[in-house]
Amino acid sequence: MAEAEFSTLVEVSLRVNGERVSRRVEARRHLIDFLRLDLGLTGSHAGCEHGVCGACTVRVDGEIVRGCLTLAAQLDGADVWTIEGLSDTGEVRDLQQAFVARNALQCGYCTPGMLATCADLLERSPAPSRAEIREHISGNYCRCTGYEAIIDAVETVAAARRAATGQVAIGQATIGETAE
Amino acid sequence: MKGASLAYARANDVSHALELWRRAGPDARLLAGGQSLLAGINLRLNEIPGLIDISRIGELRGVADLGDRLRIGALTRHADLQADPLVAAHAPAFAQAAPLIAHAAIRTRGTIGGSLAYADPAAELPACVLALDAEIVLRAEAGERRVAAENFFLGLFETALRPFEMIVAVEVPKIGPNRRHAVLELARRSGDYAMAGLVLAADVAGGRLHDVRLSYFSMGPAPVLARGAMAALDSDEGVEAACAALGTDLDPVADLQGGPEMKRHLAGVLLHRAVAGLLGHSPVSGGNHGRG
Repeated sequence: MAEAEFSTLVEVSLRVNGERVSRRVEARRHLIDFLRLDLGLTGSHAGCEHGVCGACTVRVDGEIVRGCLTLAAQLDGADVWTIEGLSDTGEVRDLQQAFVARNALQCGYCTPGMLATCADLLERSPAPSRAEIREHISGNYCRCTGYEAIIDAVETVAAARRAATGQVAIGQATIGETAE
Repeated sequence: MKGASLAYARANDVSHALELWRRAGPDARLLAGGQSLLAGINLRLNEIPGLIDISRIGELRGVADLGDRLRIGALTRHADLQADPLVAAHAPAFAQAAPLIAHAAIRTRGTIGGSLAYADPAAELPACVLALDAEIVLRAEAGERRVAAENFFLGLFETALRPFEMIVAVEVPKIGPNRRHAVLELARRSGDYAMAGLVLAADVAGGRLHDVRLSYFSMGPAPVLARGAMAALDSDEGVEAACAALGTDLDPVADLQGGPEMKRHLAGVLLHRAVAGLLGHSPVSGGNHGRG
């Protein structure tokens, strides 16, 4: 192995939930282990670790990715958002409330990834059909509730955000931000 | 599982990547989107001593209009293919195929170059470049060469790539005014590997197809051109004759998705749908979107 540029330890500086983070990581460290073990952000879950279950879905540079199929070493300069950050900013508050109201989670293992995926859908498609919702979450496994309640919750939030568009009251920045 | 320890280097440009690779040895791998490679590393499927991260090489990403053809950079992601207006207008098969690949959170990272180099027999994009008569542009330290898609896929996960040679782009002829594409597959679950899939490209005129190109995926060790069925459709013998020709065109092997008989049957079902779709007899359906 060439000495100068190859290394099993890699320096990365990135933003996680809006905060600057600099660490030296093992090259093999995937993003979810980096978040959970190095940063203590345990909201993101490692499930299958080969890209099938979707429990590790997080947002990188504005797009959802599989945290288990992304190396921390690749993310120098990246902007990463996890369920902790998305909760703190209130961006997914309405989705979280709808998940509770519709009983769209039971054990909660899939929920952080599911919320990231649903938020991504609603950002791109404000009025998705049930088929579109189903298709977009097809890469996120839920083994407790089945998917009907989750689709109900997303549909409810989409309708509520559409209703709120254009009539956002002052002080309801949460809804205004996400109802593009 | 967790991947084994490995070394990592970030390439600034193509020559840097090739130099790093030569120095690291042939067992090191190029890391593009990583959506198959990192899954394999986590599962410890193969021993990989080092990764050369090419994912930041800007010159390799994006779609360019070269007049009579499009040049699609190797790092162009599936989500890019899905949204790119040039692709939609001039090589729509890629735009139709992209949404069928895995799931949204994988399409944001997975790349066309990675898919072609990996050459999974169930992958959509290898069958697309085959049906669209594309050229794969390869670069090594010695220089660049081009390989027609027909000569690129040699077998199961096997391509014409030589050691220390990488894909830099795909060049695909633009469609003419009568040219239509259809990409159809059948999968048990959305985003799953297809049980059977096809890419059909043809000129539509006078209520029939001309200059037909038809490739199948998930039908054997590599994507395959169905030459008998192409000839049958070209000479207007009808879909049934084309389906009969599939019997000799295709030699599917049993996999987790089903046995050869079922795959042959599905190949015919898809051909019926694809031809009807191109002729406007019924809407072309993605095949696995029927469970809304």
